[in-house]
This record gives sequence, structure tokens and C-alpha cells, in this order.
Amino acid sequence: MKKSGIVSYGSYIPRFRIKPDEIARVWGEDPENIKNGIYILSKSVPSPDEDVATISVEASRNAIKRGKINPKDIGAIYIGSESHPYAVKPTATIVSSAIGANFPMFAADYEFACKAGTAGIQNVKAMVDSGMIKYGLAIGSDTSQGAPGDVLEYSASAGGTAMILGNEKVIAEINNTLSVTSDTPDFWRREGEPYPTHGERFTGEPAYFKHTISASKMIMENVGMKPQDYDYAVFHQPNGKFPTRAAKLLGFTEKQYKEGLLTPFIGNTYSGSMMTGLSAILDIAEPGNRILAVSFGSGAGSDAFDITVTDEIKNMERGSAPTIRKMLADVTWLDYAVYAKFKKKIIFGDAIE
Amino acid sequence: MGELSRMWRETDHRYRMVGEKCGNCGKLYFPPRDICPVCHRDSIDKMQDIEMSGKGEVISFTIVHDVPPAFTRQRPYILAMIKLDDGPTMTGQIVDTQPSDIEIGTRVRSVFRKISEDGHSGVIHYGYKFVRDV
Repeated sequence: MKKSGIVSYGSYIPRFRIKPDEIARVWGEDPENIKNGIYILSKSVPSPDEDVATISVEASRNAIKRGKINPKDIGAIYIGSESHPYAVKPTATIVSSAIGANFPMFAADYEFACKAGTAGIQNVKAMVDSGMIKYGLAIGSDTSQGAPGDVLEYSASAGGTAMILGNEKVIAEINNTLSVTSDTPDFWRREGEPYPTHGERFTGEPAYFKHTISASKMIMENVGMKPQDYDYAVFHQPNGKFPTRAAKLLGFTEKQYKEGLLTPFIGNTYSGSMMTGLSAILDIAEPGNRILAVSFGSGAGSDAFDITVTDEIKNMERGSAPTIRKMLADVTWLDYAVYAKFKKKIIFGDAIE
Repeated sequence: MGELSRMWRETDHRYRMVGEKCGNCGKLYFPPRDICPVCHRDSIDKMQDIEMSGKGEVISFTIVHDVPPAFTRQRPYILAMIKLDDGPTMTGQIVDTQPSDIEIGTRVRSVFRKISEDGHSGVIHYGYKFVRDV
């Protein structure tokens, strides 16, 4: 059986950004504490007409364009997000229609905090391996929420990445994948609540670090690899500090993790976070490069992937869709007032919307 | 429910810019038409679906300041006449840019955006808008 993996990839990051200095100015906090404490220098902000469906469609279209994929060959779409536009009506239906996929289609929306997109990758990989589908589309996308004045407001951002998996013209083989799961109440949002609640320091050791580091060690043991054997490592990025610390605890160097570390510049795109970091690595990766990619979702769990870039990546016109570096460079800065208007923190009521 | 069913019927055209090509004279139309206004009855049953590239050029535009309620968060917004590379000329909103950055001849490409919502509990309508193609 041919080894399955990533056939194409595409990302989308809204062009609007806000700096922690601007948020801190409004709430009377010291921006240096934010920048130094959680290492966030700016975050992306969705336009008023953007949501998880629009971000997912743009990321998918970029993946389809870059991989020259016929949408009719895509047999499954799974979208991970914790900010789906509807509580009941799948985002996957909108994406399927917008990319021009076929009516026979496996599709669903997933939710596992920030790792629902990578759960989708595991799902479509299994469907490709079993012969159920030719290509599968897995998307991690969010327009995440942070209550005004909460520390999450500095990091909760918007963006998404789509990965098309198959076993023909694979640019990055997935050698192995595994997950760890436990009932850990580090972060949650109850039905009907507009903003999530977090366990503050509880989100660190028993949640992010335990799951991320355990999954990383387990997959490296499974495939007989050590940190120094990898060219790149990318982890879930709730802020800039956690993935940096996890990488160092595991024995990775800055050279290995810096290419995939995007949160300092775009904030935490939740379900899109690790996948967008992986997208940035695939933008520059060379054949033979080995990548460790580990997501984390509160609640809690981690999905780990051991990936090898193939010679096929040389045949891909990676610049035919916007690269992550291009999206990082092309930005419009917002002040807090416009940010609040865009994010609907200013409520107009039913007469207007 | 009339609006709901109309938007649903127009999904292909709104989501993917699917227009029509007259199988008789070859002319492209967007938004789609059931009958070619040039060939009339000769085009019956010969109109074929065709997806537009979504790329084009601004041939005229206006800045809307007195906006409908649903566009309050986007005020002012840019409404443009766009000559698609495929041939048809259409009207579309240009987003993610300042009015001062738009002029006649500006290259644009289509993007997928939220158009409107039927209140807080109603359906969300999606479709094409345009951004500068840089």
C-alpha cells in the first residue's frame, strides 16, 4: 500500500491586525507584560464579513489551487473549529458547495477545542488508507473569542488551514500519528455562552504541557526518532511562550521550531494554530525533511504526526497560492475601537443586524 | 421563506460565480441568464454553466456612505462595476481596502464572504465579494 499523506495545503489569515499595546491601552495594563509574558506581538482580526465558513473556503481554495486538485475527486470534508457559524448546520456543507465538490460526500464538523482540525487529518488519512476516498479535505479554522479585558483577548485571533490528503502525488508522507486524551477542565465554553472560561495557570502543566510532551515522546518512540533527527518541529501555539517551552523541554532547538512559530505575529488561531504553523514549514521545506507536528486541544488531548517531505514537493508550484510569509507581510493595523466594531463587541441589536 | 429559497437556488452563482455560456453564439453571461438576449429562441436548451475566473478590473466605482443597516460595520464601503477577464461586467463590493486605494483600472479578484444574515437566529447568506489583486 502506498503511504498516504499531504497532497496539498492552503491557509488563510485575515489581513487585519491589532497590537497588544492597543488592547493594553484600553484596559490599563502594561503591554510589555503581555509581550514578555506570553510573547504575542500582534494578532489577526477577522473582517465583519468573515467567519469560519469564509476562512475555511479561502484556505481550501488555496489548497486546491496549489495542488491542482479537481474538487470532484475530494470524497470527504471534516472541519475542526470551536467557532462554527451555526450551532446546527455544518460548515462542511458550505465549504463543499463553495469549492464545487460532488454530492456524494462524507462530511461533518468537529469540535475538540484547538485540535479538532488535526482530528480531521487523522480521520481523512484513515479513509484514504482504507480506500474509501481518493482525497480528503481536513480543515482547522477559527474566529476565536476572548472576553474583553481577559488575557485571552490578547491572543484569540482568526485564521485557518486546509490539508488535502491522499496517496498519489504526496508531498509530505505521514509516517505515524497518535493521540492522547484525558478529562482535564483547563478551558471550556458552555452552550450559549459568548466567551470561553479558562483555568488560568491550570492550563499549563496538567493540560498543555502534559499532553503535548507525552504525545511528542510517544510518537518519537514509535518511529525511533530523537529530537535532533528532525528538521522542523511545530506545536499548538496558544501563545508564543508555551510552544517555545515545550520545544525546549523536549530538546528541540530554536532553528527547528522558529519557522512554524506564528502566534507571536498572528495570535492563536485555535483549530488553525498548529496546522498553519505546519503550512509555513511546508512553504519552505525540502525533500527528505522530517517534521514533528503536535496539536493540543483543551479538554484535553494532543494529536501527534511524524512527517517526511517527499521529492514530489519540487513539482509543486508553492507560490501559486499565498504563502504564510506573504500573508504575514500584507497587513492593515486596527485601533481598539475598530477592532471592537469588527468583533461585534459593540452590540447594535436586531434593528441593525 | 421566499428569500431563503431564492438564495438557495442561486448558491452556485453566489458561491462559485457560475454563469452561463450561450451554446449558440458563445457569449458569456454573469449573473446567469436562462436565454441569450442575442440569440433568443436559438439559445433555448443551449445555455451551459460556466465558472468565472473571478478576476477582473474596476471600470467604475462609488463609495457608499449612506449604508443599509446590515452594512453599518463596513461603512463606508466600495461598490464597483467590474469587467471580468472572462468577459461579463458585473457589480460587486470591494472589501479589505481603503477607498483611496481604488481607482479605475485596479485589478481585483473574488473572495468568499458573508453577505448578510437574517437576524440572529436566521440563515447566513454567503457569496462573492472582491479584494485588490496584488
